[in-house]
Amino acid sequence: MSAPTTTRLTSLVPMPAGAGLARMLVERNITSFRHGWVALVTGFAEPVFYLFSLGIGIGALVQTVTTDSGAEVSYPQFVAPALLAASAMNGAVFDSTFNVFFKLRYAKLYDAVLATPMGPRDIAVGEIAWSLIRGGLYSAAFLVVALLAGAVGSWWAVLALPAAVFIGFAFAALGMFATTFMKSWVHFDYITLAIQPMFLFSATFFPLSTYPEALQWVVRVTPLYHGVALERALMLGEVGWGVLAHVGYLVVLGAIGVVGTARRLEKLLLS
Amino acid sequence: MAMATPLPSDAGTDAGVRSRARPGPRQPLSTAERMLAVFSYFLTVYRRTWRGSIIGRFLSPLFFLLAMGVGLGSLVNDRVGGVDGLPYLQFVVPAIVATQTMWVAMGESTYQVLGYIKWNMGYHAMLASPMSVRDVLRGHFLAVAAHLTTATTIFMGVAALFGGFRSVAAVFCLPIAILTGLAFTTPIFAFTARQEGDDGFNILFRWVVTPLMLFSGTFFPVEQFPGWMQPIAWVTPLWHGVEACRDVATGAVALGPFVGHVAVLAVYVAVGWWLAERSFAARLVP
Amino acid sequence: MVLGSVATVTEDETLLSATGLTKTFGDFTAVDGIDFAVRKGECFGFLGPNGAGKSSTMRMVGCVSPVTSGELRLFGLDPARHGPAIRARLGSCPQRDTLDEELTVEENLWVYGRYFGLSRKEVRTRAAELLDFAQLTDRAGDKVEPLSGGMKRRLTIARSLINSPEILLLDEPTTGLDPQARHVLWDRLFRLKRSGVTLVLTTHYMDEAEQLCDRLVVMDHGRIVAEGSPRSLIDEYSTREVLELRFDAEDHQDVAEQVTGIGERVEVLPDRLLVYADDGDQAAAVVHSRGIEPLSALVRRATLEDVFLHLTGRTLVD
Ligand SMILES: Nc1ncnc2c1ncn2[C@@H]1O[C@H](COP(=O)(O)OP(=O)(O)O)[C@@H](O)[C@H]1O
Ligand SMILES: [Mg+2]
Repeated sequence: MSAPTTTRLTSLVPMPAGAGLARMLVERNITSFRHGWVALVTGFAEPVFYLFSLGIGIGALVQTVTTDSGAEVSYPQFVAPALLAASAMNGAVFDSTFNVFFKLRYAKLYDAVLATPMGPRDIAVGEIAWSLIRGGLYSAAFLVVALLAGAVGSWWAVLALPAAVFIGFAFAALGMFATTFMKSWVHFDYITLAIQPMFLFSATFFPLSTYPEALQWVVRVTPLYHGVALERALMLGEVGWGVLAHVGYLVVLGAIGVVGTARRLEKLLLS
Repeated sequence: MAMATPLPSDAGTDAGVRSRARPGPRQPLSTAERMLAVFSYFLTVYRRTWRGSIIGRFLSPLFFLLAMGVGLGSLVNDRVGGVDGLPYLQFVVPAIVATQTMWVAMGESTYQVLGYIKWNMGYHAMLASPMSVRDVLRGHFLAVAAHLTTATTIFMGVAALFGGFRSVAAVFCLPIAILTGLAFTTPIFAFTARQEGDDGFNILFRWVVTPLMLFSGTFFPVEQFPGWMQPIAWVTPLWHGVEACRDVATGAVALGPFVGHVAVLAVYVAVGWWLAERSFAARLVP
Repeated sequence: MVLGSVATVTEDETLLSATGLTKTFGDFTAVDGIDFAVRKGECFGFLGPNGAGKSSTMRMVGCVSPVTSGELRLFGLDPARHGPAIRARLGSCPQRDTLDEELTVEENLWVYGRYFGLSRKEVRTRAAELLDFAQLTDRAGDKVEPLSGGMKRRLTIARSLINSPEILLLDEPTTGLDPQARHVLWDRLFRLKRSGVTLVLTTHYMDEAEQLCDRLVVMDHGRIVAEGSPRSLIDEYSTREVLELRFDAEDHQDVAEQVTGIGERVEVLPDRLLVYADDGDQAAAVVHSRGIEPLSALVRRATLEDVFLHLTGRTLVD
């Protein structure tokens, strides 16, 4: 699915070889998940819990929120897009970090893959594509729940799903890139250290304007903020050209992640 | 390797202790000695690994304090001037104290315990010495209680600096927090002893820990929920922990409900302990 | 038809060749300028102790490790430029099994076959044949993890045959297996060889090298120290028989001088003396006639172990 992007990129950036067989790795993951489908199915529950808990509870307290664009919306409408973005992030990161680390360092899965015509690029593209498929399924499920809960305010929301795929792409690629540098499970604390504050502070549960001016700029640099802002614009129907800036930011991060991952894998596995 | 720590000599004279090193019949260890031997093993391990748990243990609750207490708090305070007459921060901080103990309990009672059962056989090594299953559990629970104490103390110190507590009586949150943590620890030990892989833990995190955090009156009073949902909170240990901590921290203890909360937590600890002993015995000395 | 191409074996067709092949890790040289060539249809071995550089060589041959210097050609192609094309024609069993433990036995074969771009249908039929070949048909639907070491090894070999490779690379195929499992595996490898697959294997077991290899090279410290058929190596570097003597001594060096002059040569090991003689029984008689009384005296045929000892002064398995 992201193969076309990366193929074109190869002409610009040095990118390790692949045999165009990335989809075989996706197929492998699907086969594997047939045995562990419970984990797959339950993965989407977390954002739904947040939506119902905070949507109802905090919603009853504050009634409405003034968004950063000045609109007055109900609290569930305010948090739902942010939770969609966060779940796209969480799904992508979980798959591309913990699971990939296990395959890379313990199961030696990629050593087996590289003994075949497949190359490092196929692995990078295949694993990231799989994260996107999985993340996309979660996002779709969440979107349906949000719709039923009345937290969707605009027809633009049909674009919220593709937007979630962009968010997943950025995080899956960066997460996998980071994973290639990790040597032990202890290092995953750094992932948690990056993900958890992003989840809590990217204008997820309260508007950006809550922060002092200086901090607002810090928040604006984080990738999840762009994901949240993008989803919020779409689901509340406040669409402007700024939306494209968010998408651009996410795509650039994702592209860096894919190229970086492929090159690191080449260095690690083809020594 | 575990039992190499010096033993306290309350159970005998110096000569008695020394004679244990010689071959031949020796004086049995007292209950306290056995429990402390196990405890000091876990302390030794923790001395090597504490760095790894820093983030999960100390930073997570701090992030929640800032995001919910301060950030979301400013929204709530603006709109409705706080909750139950409290600034939102002071409403939420005691709840985070209780919730943190649930996280610590999860951290100490899942992968680690399964590791000792299955992967590095740590418990088997202990059971090959004069320790019984009961000693091993007691010692390990004591070690978890020590973690709970450290983690809670540090967080409460930081939260106090942010003005998270209304009254000095909040120090009594500490024992309640430890009790809350143990109310999770003992049943989770029992659960873990029945696991083969980590699938069960994922389910526990997704379907128990996260929902409990969100539906136990942590970030808003459970009264905001429809009436039929509230009884669910009554049976979960976290809600009782949160309520008891909040009562103490705000200095507004109503004796009846408070005793009720503590009693429920104590029942969780006791029943969990009993179950843990049973499942440990079944797993380790079948 | 399980075992792939049984093309007419034209003599002397070289499938794999290396000249001055070198691999360094930092400033450590693991493979130090070795030359060898493998002909179609033969079984070629690398015999050497741990750390000799066998796996490093195999990884270069398998096109998963770049050549530091020297020339390596497979099917006349350069791995640096045609890695994927070469790997498509290779089967590879690394030293450590890299089976996919999240999948079942048959799924391992299916998925691996797909990595070669084979169609689903092709993969299914080949997998069924290969399971039969690996004697794993009744375990097809089981998870991999609980299989025995020998079964996992057979599955790895079956997996590496999914693309009907022309060369099969086996890095220490039977290390860590019990004797019975080794014999089962050797039998499978014989069948493969008979069906025309070219085998390249490494081992540090002299019996394995003797059993399987048509030709082999002896490796030590990254270099090739001898080359030939097992028989010719033994003829060249050892006597026909060996007399093994054990004494009641802390150090066998102390008793070594008692046997000087007996046989052609004496090797001293920490726990025994090896007396090399074409007639071992006669050498034993001489020992006896000198009034020397070892705890035990054993006459055996010379093996590649003796070749290695002679060439390097060390034993293969430490
Ligand atoms: N990736 C690597 N990095 C550094 N040293 C290595 C690496 N792989 C192998 N070596 C070293 O190269 C030498 C030869 O190793 P190897 O080829 O595995 O030998 P063998 O397979 O004969 O036991 C050993 O000393 C080993 O430590
Ligand atoms: Mg090796």
